[in-house]
Amino acid sequence: MKQSITLNKVTQLMGFGFLKPITALFTGKPQKEDIVNFLKKIVVPLLSILLFLGVWQGGSTALFNKEANFKIEKALADQGQAAADEMKACIASGEVSCQPNTLPSPSQVWVSFKTLLEDHKVITADKLAFKQKTAVMNEKRVAAGKDPITYTGRPSFVDQIITSLKTVFAGFVLALLIAVPIGIVIGLSETLRSSFNWLIQIFKPVSPVVWLLLVFMIVKTLTKDSNSDSAFIISFISVGLCSMWATLVNTAMGVSSVDKDYINVAKVLKLGPMQKVFKVILPSSLPLIFTGLRITLSVAWMVLIAIELLAQSPGLGSFVWEEFQNGAIDSNSKIIVAMFIIGIIGFLLDRIMLTIQNMVSFNKNEGV
Amino acid sequence: MAYLELKNVCKTYGDTEVLSNINLTIEEGEFVAIVGFTGSGKTTLVNLINGLIKPTSGEVLFKGQPVTDTSHERGVIFQNYSLLPWLTVGQNVFMAVKEAFPKENKTVLQQRVAEYVEMVSLTPAINKRPKELSGGMRQRVAVARALAMNPEMIIMDEPLGALDALTRGNLQDEILKIWSKDKRTALLITNDVDEGIYMADRIIPLKPGPKATLGPEFKINIDRPRDKTALNDNDTYKETRNAIIEYLMDIGEQRKSVSQETYVLPEVSPKSFVA
Repeated sequence: MKQSITLNKVTQLMGFGFLKPITALFTGKPQKEDIVNFLKKIVVPLLSILLFLGVWQGGSTALFNKEANFKIEKALADQGQAAADEMKACIASGEVSCQPNTLPSPSQVWVSFKTLLEDHKVITADKLAFKQKTAVMNEKRVAAGKDPITYTGRPSFVDQIITSLKTVFAGFVLALLIAVPIGIVIGLSETLRSSFNWLIQIFKPVSPVVWLLLVFMIVKTLTKDSNSDSAFIISFISVGLCSMWATLVNTAMGVSSVDKDYINVAKVLKLGPMQKVFKVILPSSLPLIFTGLRITLSVAWMVLIAIELLAQSPGLGSFVWEEFQNGAIDSNSKIIVAMFIIGIIGFLLDRIMLTIQNMVSFNKNEGV
Repeated sequence: MAYLELKNVCKTYGDTEVLSNINLTIEEGEFVAIVGFTGSGKTTLVNLINGLIKPTSGEVLFKGQPVTDTSHERGVIFQNYSLLPWLTVGQNVFMAVKEAFPKENKTVLQQRVAEYVEMVSLTPAINKRPKELSGGMRQRVAVARALAMNPEMIIMDEPLGALDALTRGNLQDEILKIWSKDKRTALLITNDVDEGIYMADRIIPLKPGPKATLGPEFKINIDRPRDKTALNDNDTYKETRNAIIEYLMDIGEQRKSVSQETYVLPEVSPKSFVA
C-alpha cells in the first residue's frame, strides 16, 4: 500500500497524473470507478491518437493522388499518351525515381525512423572500427606531439540529437547565469528596475534570427585568431540570449513582490542584507524563478532548431534543413521523424522542469 | 524614566489619519494590554512600537532613546504568524535564535530551539513545514520564535486570536510565566477583554479609527498569580470587566450613531407564556 502511495506521489509530482488510472488498475483490486477512469483517461486518448493517424493517413493519400495525377497529366501534355501510361505504371510499381514527393504517410515515417536507427548503428560501428584502426597510430602521433586523427564521417541522427541537447543545455545554463543574478539585482532595486525596463521590453520580443546575427557579428570577430569551431558557440549564445528574458522578468518580479510579512519578519529578526536576500527573498521567489526557467527551457528548445538551421551548426535543425535540401525519396518522412523527436524531447524537458518547479513551490498562504 | 514612552504620536497614511495623539507610558516589568475593535489601528500601533514604521509626528522612546529601527530587545509576535513556509518549525525558530545569539555555538542554539518548541508542545512537529500544521500550531510556532530570542520586551499583536480556548489558556499561562520569570515588559494587543484582564496590569482601550486614540486606562488590581476559575467570582474582576465593556460599548454606540439610517421595526412583543 505504501509503495503505491509513493508511486502516486511521484507520478503526480512529475505531472504524469494521467498514469494514475493505470497504476490504480494494476495495484490492488480494480474498482468500478477505476475502470471508468481507465476508459476516460487511457482509452479515449488512445482513440484520439488513432484518429490523428487516420486523418494523417487520409490526408497523405489525398495529397499523393493529387501529386500523382498532376505528374501523369503533365507527362500526357508534354510527351503524349505513351509517356503518361508509362508514368502511371511507374508510380503504381513503386519505382523510386518517379514517386510523387509530398506529405509522407505514417507508415513511411515509421520506416524512416527505423532506417535512421539502422543508420545510427552502422555509423557507430564504423566509428568504433575507425577508433580501433587508428588507435596505434594516434598513440604515436600524440607521443610525437601531433593532434590525433579524429573521425570526420557524417554524424548519425542520434548524434545530431545529442548535439542539439548539448547546445540547448549550454544555452540554458548561459541564460540561467545571466538572467537570475541580474533579475535578483533588478528586483531588489526599484531604481534599477525602472531604468532597465526599457531595455528588457525592447529586447524581449526580438526574433531569434536577429539575435543569431548579432552574436555572429561579435563572435566572428572575437574568434578571428583561433581556429576553433565557432558555430557551436554562436548557436548556444544565441539560444541563451533568446530564451533568458522569461527568467529575467520572472526573477525580477518574484524578488520585487516578496510578501510584506516575510520582509517584516526579516526586519524584526534584524537579518543582515545578505541573509535577507538568501534566507528570505530568494526562497520566497524560487517558485516564480522556476516558472521563468521552465519557460526559458521550452523557448530555448524551440528557437534552437531555427538557430541551428541558420548557424550551420550540427544538430536537429541542420538535420532538418539538410534533409529538405537533399530531396531524396525518404527526405520528407525523415523530416517528420525529426519533428516528432523534437516534440517529444521538448515535452520531456518541460516535464523535468515541472517536476523541479513542483518540488520548490509552496503555497503563498501556507505560512500566513 | 519610563521604559517605553509614546509622546503625541500621530500616523497618517496618505490623507487618512490612522492614529492620532497617542500618549502611552509603560514602566519596566509592566504588563499592559490594549483592547480595541478590529480595524482600529492596533497593528499600526504595534508596528510603530517595534520600529517597522515611523510616526508621522510625535516620538516613540524606548529606554529614553527614540525608536528608529527594529531591535532584538523588542520581540514581536505577529497577528498573522508570518512563518517562512519553506522552513520547518525548528528552522523557523532556529533562524531567529541564531540572529539573537550570534556568538553561541550551534549545539547550544539547537538546544534552545528544542526547549522553546517543547514549551509550545510542538516537539513532535519540529520537522514539519507550516503547511502541515493547523492554524493554532502555526501561531504557537510564532510564539516560540519570538520568545526564544529572549527579548526584554514582548510585543504581541493579537497573538492568540486564532486559537481554540484550551490552547489559548495554556499559551496565556506560558506567556505569563515567561514574563514573570525575568520580569520582562509586555504589551498585549487584543480584542478579548477577559484575556486582557487575566494577563495585564493595566488595560487601555483604543478608540476606533480613523483618528484612533487611547482611552482612559483601567488598572487591574488583582493579585498574581491569577486563577482563571476563581477569577469569575472575584468582585474586582467583575467590576473592572463591566467598566471596560461599558466603556467599549459606549464607544461602539457613538460609532454606530454616526450612521443616519433609521430602521422601522415591526410592532411585536414576545408572547407571554405565563398565564
